[in-house]
Amino acid sequence: MTAESALRVETPEGVVFAFSLASPLTRALAYAIDVAAIAVLTTVLSNIVRIFAIAGTDWAGALAVLFTFLVSIAYGILLEWRWRGQTLGKRVMRLRVIDAGGLRLEFTQVVVRNLLRAVDMLPALYLVGGSVAFVTRKCQRLGDLAAGTIVVHEPQVQAIDLEQIAPIEYNSLLAHPHLAARLRNRVSAEVAGVVIKALSLRDSYEPSARVALFGELASYFRSLVPFPEETVEALTDEQYVRGVISALYTAKRATK
Amino acid sequence: MILNLPRFVAAESACWAELETMLNRLDAEPNWRMSTSEVQRFQYLYERSAAALVRLDEFSEPELRSSLQALVARAYSTIHETRSSRASVRWQTWLTEPARAFRRHGAAFSLSLGVTILGCALGWIAIRADSHNKAVLLPFPGLMESPGERVAAEESAKTDRLQGQKASFSATLMTHNIRVSIFTLGCGMTWGVGTVLLLFYNGVVLGAVAADYIGAGQTAFLVGWLLPHGSFEIPAILIAGQAGFLLAAALIGWGRPVSLADRLRVMRHDVIALAGGLATMLVWAGMVEAFISQSHRPVLPYSVKITFGIVEASALAAYLLLAGRTKT
Repeated sequence: MTAESALRVETPEGVVFAFSLASPLTRALAYAIDVAAIAVLTTVLSNIVRIFAIAGTDWAGALAVLFTFLVSIAYGILLEWRWRGQTLGKRVMRLRVIDAGGLRLEFTQVVVRNLLRAVDMLPALYLVGGSVAFVTRKCQRLGDLAAGTIVVHEPQVQAIDLEQIAPIEYNSLLAHPHLAARLRNRVSAEVAGVVIKALSLRDSYEPSARVALFGELASYFRSLVPFPEETVEALTDEQYVRGVISALYTAKRATK
Repeated sequence: MILNLPRFVAAESACWAELETMLNRLDAEPNWRMSTSEVQRFQYLYERSAAALVRLDEFSEPELRSSLQALVARAYSTIHETRSSRASVRWQTWLTEPARAFRRHGAAFSLSLGVTILGCALGWIAIRADSHNKAVLLPFPGLMESPGERVAAEESAKTDRLQGQKASFSATLMTHNIRVSIFTLGCGMTWGVGTVLLLFYNGVVLGAVAADYIGAGQTAFLVGWLLPHGSFEIPAILIAGQAGFLLAAALIGWGRPVSLADRLRVMRHDVIALAGGLATMLVWAGMVEAFISQSHRPVLPYSVKITFGIVEASALAAYLLLAGRTKT
């Protein structure tokens, strides 16, 4: 069985959206944060419970045992339920538990996946759960299989800072809206993403490599949509590429 | 597709915001019942946002697509959800659900009981055949000594050895037993192998202790010691095994033409109900074991403890067999 990297959901309306599955390593890091949070919480509660020692050390001890147990059991259940599939560790690592079919997470699912941690943790360091997650298609531990849940990664998508990447006062390419529209039609999102990455790192390149790279990119874009010579003759290759990206992500008309 | 992104976003963002507001309200107010017009509006907003997502898939700014995808996913999970919400479950249902789940899966409980009885038989036979087996079967400090010596020591004790520790002892018993039970339940995911082993081992210990004390002529002490808390604790372990076998049965399938995910989904509710029931039983058993079971004659006559245990067992049996039954 080979692991998938994403869960694709196709709605009856024909719309497809995908969830990126979390890797066992990321999940382990999130769990480490949760363990630390539980440790802090139980320590704080144990100190608070000492107040009850006035009524007797026996009762204070009993409360400490019960609180430690309740926190260890309830931490995952309550947080995943209240925060719609997230604990503190999952929030930090940008993970979320969701129903394996993309539906709403039910309370029983949250309870089952957390109760079955007892087995997934065996014999130590989540060896059982981790091994199962490595061999299942949707990277599920036993608790996830029983609960019908998956853990997905919600990547933090940075907004494109066009002002930083392509701070062009006047974009001569936008003087030809039909060509700019054709450009948007022919350049894929993947190619645009690679070019944005190249632009954002441009100051770190060797001068000769920088000239060569943007020369190749400019040639590629020119081959896709040729603009009139008088529009682009004064532009360097790098300016041309910045103009292309600016034209792809904005639809403003050229202004002086 | 030629898409003027700023104009497109300006035209659609009001719909997305309205859809998000409705979803947030549904999250905050699970009992909110939409009017027909609100349902129609919700459906319209979902379809419009989904259509926008399709258009953005062609070429778009990644952050916008990601946030719209999350919004459509939330709306999808709400619109296409057909399972009943927890808000519709009344508290009376919660109180009786463990008993109903118990009755629904009598075969799994019988299996759990059968495995435990087999273990008991082995423990009994092993001790009666050779008392030296005690060191192997009962390697616990409290059970290693001779039953006669222990009973004499307990009955002649001038002070209560648990004085000032009963509450913390009770809490320790509760939490330990609940952990073991949950573990027994969870081991159902090993196709039931782990559950069988744990139930069997539990039975072996129980049978060995019974053989040891009954063989030494200490039957009254044994029953008075075990029955008050055992009348809840032993059934709780058996119910944990029952829940574990439910998971195992769902995992194995036995030729049922239903997917694994669906088999597990069907069982989930009953497994949770049984887990909730057994946890409650073990809280009670923990209190009884610390405050009653460990007090022996002359502090508490065995007749009183045994009667108490029988009353408890009867009440539990009545609950499990009768609670939540509908009149026909």
